[in-house]
Amino acid sequence: MAQKIDEKLVDQVAHLARLEFDNEQKNAIINDMNNMLVFVDKLNELNTDVIEPLVYMTDETNVLREDGVKQDITQKEALANAPKKDSDYFKVPKVVEKK
Amino acid sequence: MIKYHSLAAINADLQSGKITVTALVNHYLKNIADKKDYNIFLEVFADDALAQAKLIDEKIKNKTAGKLAGAVIALKDNISVKGKKLSASSKILEGYTSLYNATVVERLLAHDAIIIGRTNCDEFAMGSSNENSAFGNVHHPLDESRVPGGSSGGSAAAVAADMCLAALGTDTGGSIRQPASFCGVVGLKPTYGTVSRYGIIAYASSFDQVGPLTHSVADAALILETIAGPDEYDSTLSQKPAQKFSEYTNKNPKYKIAYLRDCLEKDGLDAEIKNKMLATIEQLKADGHELTAVDFPFLDYLVPAYYVLTTAEASSNLSRYDGIRYGYRSKNATDLESTYKKSRSEGFGTEVKRRIMLGTFVLSAGYYDAYYAKGQKVRRLLQNKTLEILNQHQFILLPTTPGTAFKFGENSADPIKMYLEDIFTVQSNLTGIPAISLPLGTHSNGLPYGIQVMANKFDEKNLFAFADYLMQKK
Repeated sequence: MAQKIDEKLVDQVAHLARLEFDNEQKNAIINDMNNMLVFVDKLNELNTDVIEPLVYMTDETNVLREDGVKQDITQKEALANAPKKDSDYFKVPKVVEKK
Repeated sequence: MIKYHSLAAINADLQSGKITVTALVNHYLKNIADKKDYNIFLEVFADDALAQAKLIDEKIKNKTAGKLAGAVIALKDNISVKGKKLSASSKILEGYTSLYNATVVERLLAHDAIIIGRTNCDEFAMGSSNENSAFGNVHHPLDESRVPGGSSGGSAAAVAADMCLAALGTDTGGSIRQPASFCGVVGLKPTYGTVSRYGIIAYASSFDQVGPLTHSVADAALILETIAGPDEYDSTLSQKPAQKFSEYTNKNPKYKIAYLRDCLEKDGLDAEIKNKMLATIEQLKADGHELTAVDFPFLDYLVPAYYVLTTAEASSNLSRYDGIRYGYRSKNATDLESTYKKSRSEGFGTEVKRRIMLGTFVLSAGYYDAYYAKGQKVRRLLQNKTLEILNQHQFILLPTTPGTAFKFGENSADPIKMYLEDIFTVQSNLTGIPAISLPLGTHSNGLPYGIQVMANKFDEKNLFAFADYLMQKK
């Protein structure tokens, strides 16, 4: 049985994902997510009690390299793509209120 | 100028002086301009490509040219080229310019390939039709009312329409092979851990691989050989040196090949594609190869497992788009939280948000075990069964796509219907094995379609040999 996605749950998930939906979009996403959960619930038909999860796709372990210091990009370059910045910092809306 | 189908043919004409690299680049630029309305390229690097062509023409004269001299290559718009815009066909990367080259780009350039531009794709490589691009649909080169496939739709269309010799795409669940099938070109998804993902915009990191789209198997092998191998910027790579894939040989061996009964009996598989599969099987048998029908009872679990795991990885990977460090920032934001929420909600398209939401849900407290951990266990089951088949057989033969290129809008109303387009391609991404789509079929509707071959991990060399054999027999 699919976990029913309702408005409250969508609001919670949307907050976690830092997304927001207006009412019309919210109805659509509730509908889409419920359909997708019915679709993926098919996995519960398979018995996986004694199966270890497959987490890493590579057979390599502990691929290490020397921890050398090098500068790949400068501060100026790092700031170049920022939508708002000054000469040294990314700029964001004020997060500390005046007393 | 003729349409070249291999670098070898280009090389021969470059050596004899029949053409120059400059003339070749101009030929491709003209084809791009003539079919501008097909919306295949998001940006053409005309000046850079011509400047580079001039240098390489000099190198050829001086006999110092690299092995990819004369190869003009297009890149999917999720592969970084220093100093060039990069968008993943998303509004959220508005104004973004790459600060460095992807490792694959460094390696192509080091061997004198020319990068001709960046191609349209589904937003963040999420889609099977290229209809999810923020910059509009790509039209199929043979029928403009149809999709080229996706997500590397622009890359496949560019090769098919003779706008470049080859292209790079990325394949998370079929995004190279499905458009290759629709557009009639060769498309390879290498073994996971073969090609560096450094400088590639991530979708689902345990699935994503970069691979070539080409006319010939030889070119696919040569390009893979160039871009593969260890890279200190990607620790998920195999640490063994890249194999000499281009030196594959076919000394007329007898192959042991499995085909999946469940795939051939799948509802929705086009009757002509099914018949072509059966005819290919019979032909191979007649040529002395050993073909065995095997059961793969997990076919209907592949796409559900794929969507649980890839959306989870996507929700994590795409959390970096915050509207602060780069890309689009909403003008409607009032505080820090609304900067995140409004920038992301206005910047991402519908399909990307749908996947982030599902992925966030399956990773959230209370649902993680039921969905995400379950998906990882099913992934192990799928891998065990697939490798079991490949222990007994060298290759698995199956269709690439259930049908040929469809019309715009045909699958858009129902996301799940669109997801099932990937039913034959996601298996290799879920299990990490290599797979190639070969343009072996032409439908009575006039459109091409591919047949797919999967092989054991890191067995690309034999895969190329068999693929080349199939192409020769076409």
